[in-house]
Amino acid sequence: MAVGKEIRTKIKSVKNTQKITRAMEMVAASKMRKAQERMAASRPYADKMRNVIDHLAHSNPEYKHPYMQVRDVKRVGFIVISSDRGLCGGLNSNLFRKAIVTMKEFDEQKIEMTFCTIGTKAAGFFKRVGGNIVAQTAHMGDSPQLADLIGSVKVMLDAFDNGEIDRLLLVYNDFVNTMTQDSKVEQLLPIEPKEDKELEHHWDYIYEPEAKIVMTQLLTRYIESLVYQGVVENLACEQAARMVAMKSASDNAGDMIDDLQLVYNKARQAAITQEISEICGGAAALS
Amino acid sequence: MAMTMHVDIVSAEEAIFSGPAERVFASAIMGEVGILPRHTPFLTQLKPGEVRVITPDGEENFYYVSGGMLEVQPFTVTVLSDTAVRAHDLDEAAAIQAKEAAERALQDRAADIDYAQAQIQLAQAVAQLSAIKRLRGKR
Repeated sequence: MAVGKEIRTKIKSVKNTQKITRAMEMVAASKMRKAQERMAASRPYADKMRNVIDHLAHSNPEYKHPYMQVRDVKRVGFIVISSDRGLCGGLNSNLFRKAIVTMKEFDEQKIEMTFCTIGTKAAGFFKRVGGNIVAQTAHMGDSPQLADLIGSVKVMLDAFDNGEIDRLLLVYNDFVNTMTQDSKVEQLLPIEPKEDKELEHHWDYIYEPEAKIVMTQLLTRYIESLVYQGVVENLACEQAARMVAMKSASDNAGDMIDDLQLVYNKARQAAITQEISEICGGAAALS
Repeated sequence: MAMTMHVDIVSAEEAIFSGPAERVFASAIMGEVGILPRHTPFLTQLKPGEVRVITPDGEENFYYVSGGMLEVQPFTVTVLSDTAVRAHDLDEAAAIQAKEAAERALQDRAADIDYAQAQIQLAQAVAQLSAIKRLRGKR
């Protein structure tokens, strides 16, 4: 019976798509769990560093590092972290929208901007928009390494050292929970020391070899670790967003299959009814 | 009971060790340092090498760090390691391979290779090997 051949093929193709989206959903779910673990594992380092830096800022160091001095803002640097791949809902577009809003504010104040992009989506976006990209990193994979980031972070830190930028911002997605990802713009440089009464003590470290060198290394590592954390958070967000997007895609495919099945059944029923009535008509004509 | 201090060894990617210790040894940039409780506040860079932690029950733990920072407070010691892997997990073959590659790179001056980079790689490989040898000797 040739009834509804097109519908049957259509159902089959939707079912195949559903299989793929369901598989992607499950893969994203397991990757998200790993990314969350990685997120938790990277936190102590940045926290410890933050403690040491706050100590330094408050323990009357004889040397004030340029990274902690607030300058007049003439140029701003952005580090934008995005995913490498798509199919993760509105994650990247929300992030870019947020970035655009911030950029517009600077633009109105006639402040120039340079960008460092991490992830292919950000690179593509700023290429399209026409931003001044000075560094980029992509294809970090599912287990990003800090080592992959050192290069591009250094480019931005050098720009800060040379006075090419006066402020460094980090744009990334903050992982709140599976359903919520928060696009965030955070200031990396200059570092603003926390105002904390408890930290007002009157001792200083012994530095080896020298305060300046130790501070530079410490602050560089701190910025690197913040960027790394951003990357890991963003990865967790990407997987969560993909999981949700794929789940709704699977659900939609299911609805579509139900609808098509109904149409198909109706058509089949109609064809049978018609055949029966034809037979009845034929029999009636004979008798 | 002897005095103890709290020791944390963390890298950007994970927390490696956290617990009480009696003594800590590390290879700082200006030479090996041994830290006891009540040490004066101290901040230094670390060379690639091992960090030795002696726990209150006398056990000795080795951790390999490829550089980083050491922060000392009277009762807390923090090692901010660049990439610290447990010495147990170190792949000796890989270390030897890296050493060979670095040595080859050192000899092959004609090629466009960063000399300083190669020297760092060699220093790291040697330090990893010595950590492994120490572990082997203990068993």
